[in-house]
Amino acid sequence: MPFLLDLFAQALNGLSYGVLLFLLSVGLTLIFGMLDVVNLAHGSFYMLGAYAGLTLIGVTNNFWLALAVAPVAVGVIGVLIERGCLRPLYRRGPLDQVLLTFGLIYLFEDLVKWIWGGKIRSIPPPDLFAGSVTLWGATVPSYRLFVIVFGLAMAVALWLLIERTRLGAIIRAGVFDAEMAAGLGINIQRVFTGVFAFGAALAGLSGVIAGPIQSAQPPMGATILIPALIVVVVGGLGSLKGSLVGSLIIGQAETFGKVWLPGASMLMIYVVMAAIVLLRPHGLFGRPLK
Amino acid sequence: MDQLTRRKFLAGASMGAAAVAAGPWVIRAGAQGGAVKIGVVLPYTGVYAVLGESITQAMELVFARENWTVAGRKIEMIKEDDEMKPPVGIRKTEKLIDSDKVDILTGPVHSGILMGMRDKVHNSKTILIVSNAGADAISRERCSKWIFRTSFSNWQPNQPMGGWVAKNVSKEAFLVAPNYQAGKDMMEAFKETYLPAGGKVVAEDYPKLGETDYAPYLTKIRQSGVKAVYCFFSGTDAVNFVKQFDQFGLKQSVKLTGAGFLTEPDVLPAQGKSAIGVITGHFYTPLLENPTNQKFVKDFREKNLGKMPDGFACQGYDTAEVIVRALKAVNGNTQDKDKLVQAIAKVEFDSPRGRFRFDPKTHNVIQPFIYVREVREVYGGLNNVPIDKIADVKDPGTGCTLPA
Repeated sequence: MPFLLDLFAQALNGLSYGVLLFLLSVGLTLIFGMLDVVNLAHGSFYMLGAYAGLTLIGVTNNFWLALAVAPVAVGVIGVLIERGCLRPLYRRGPLDQVLLTFGLIYLFEDLVKWIWGGKIRSIPPPDLFAGSVTLWGATVPSYRLFVIVFGLAMAVALWLLIERTRLGAIIRAGVFDAEMAAGLGINIQRVFTGVFAFGAALAGLSGVIAGPIQSAQPPMGATILIPALIVVVVGGLGSLKGSLVGSLIIGQAETFGKVWLPGASMLMIYVVMAAIVLLRPHGLFGRPLK
Repeated sequence: MDQLTRRKFLAGASMGAAAVAAGPWVIRAGAQGGAVKIGVVLPYTGVYAVLGESITQAMELVFARENWTVAGRKIEMIKEDDEMKPPVGIRKTEKLIDSDKVDILTGPVHSGILMGMRDKVHNSKTILIVSNAGADAISRERCSKWIFRTSFSNWQPNQPMGGWVAKNVSKEAFLVAPNYQAGKDMMEAFKETYLPAGGKVVAEDYPKLGETDYAPYLTKIRQSGVKAVYCFFSGTDAVNFVKQFDQFGLKQSVKLTGAGFLTEPDVLPAQGKSAIGVITGHFYTPLLENPTNQKFVKDFREKNLGKMPDGFACQGYDTAEVIVRALKAVNGNTQDKDKLVQAIAKVEFDSPRGRFRFDPKTHNVIQPFIYVREVREVYGGLNNVPIDKIADVKDPGTGCTLPA
């Protein structure tokens, strides 16, 4: 029985970590699916979200307000980046886009240092979820339970948006064949901007959500990029379902790696990634590259 | 015209004669009277810039008190940013030694940089005063006649805590530290006194450096049923671990203890109330009541917009104090390096941390005290309040035989 309890408690840990990864990576995969751009600056949007959240909480002392407003602010920055920097590069090769978004990482990092300084900062959890609760013998911070519920609800909402609405149909058409969609009279440029801003806002949202669990510091955007990219590779480029399933798998692999193979825990997620890519080169739910 | 030329000639000739007569004296004064060059290799950008900043601010406080002059010579600090990267730090070290020809070198924060610069410093007979990096080896098998350390060896804040935790907290402990050399060294130092005092290490875990999610380890700690955790973390790791430890509700049943870096002022504000009650061992806290420290805290805060000094600032203060006192003892003569080394080894003074002196056997500082500190909300904020102390903590210096 104690073994099962351990298993359950650790599975919950893995779930909360996985959901956090999902919120972080879903924007990245959406942007890739639609725009064919590997946005390396995705972690920077995550960082900007965390810092915008910090400032909003500092001013209003209200976590929920920060959670609602910070992603919008990051989304606006996303619009500016897409319109100002990325648009001229669509017709060029992917290397130019990678270079651009890579450069943006440094730009945003310095911007954050300039505005907020290099000190370690942190968002306190909202009062409602400050404590911990015991679920069938496993103790979990109540904030992590909130993250799990919130993240899964976001997954459902995103699925409904993409699969069940007119806007979703347009996005899917754009993902499938942007030129064809444009030929059918859809203003694909505007859809591109919208999807990029939405992806950036999701990254900003995950920055605020992760704030009470982790700390905020300028290099955070670069460090979080690698797990996010791994999730995208495992789940399949451009797939919403893949991003959810990939996150949950990586979350569990990372957690149980730490529990059972502490010496090799750093390797665990890479082993899982390699195994999945060997079996399914396009990831779990990816489509073959055009 | 004629007269004028003659007068000019006379004037010129007499000046020339005076110069010749004064020549040897002028040259000697040049060597003695130039500025003393202090090379500083510290991180000034990136995550650890706050540490480099604290150390530098305190050094400048001491030099400013001396009007940037010692024994008639100007003090010149040449600061180089090592970016916390060993290749950069080593390159900057070479630049300071080979092109700037500094008289004394200080720094670094990173133990990897210290181990990398060690041979260059040793072979070029450059005096290095280590102002942070704690690698034990530099007081042991890799010690050098030319290297002093004012900060600490990793062993020092940890070894006394083993006995203290066994006696005052619990005889069963769970150890956690990042998976790299310093983390493992510190846990070993803790065990040196914990095990003989009857303590039992129930389990040890070494998460990766820069971990963001400690949940799996915290669940293991809860399930192990221990009453005490001893750990070493610094920077963002310290913030994440302390916050998540609290969020898992462990604070009610488990006492969190560790090496002092866990709750230093660079991380304490971000940890917030989660840090209350955490017990750590360190050689300094700004709350010490000795007069030197009270003056230091007051002056440091006046100079730096109310910022509280931390252990890193104390290290910077002591580094500069050692330099000033040793240079006064040799009357500003930096040419005779052996004499200067002897003078540094003999320096002794009242530091903010207590009576400062080097161990002649290792050139490492003998910690006057390792203070056991508890984080409490006092004086309008979170502070490390001293609750106990262990005197004269000296690194064993195994394998070091000076002069080497």
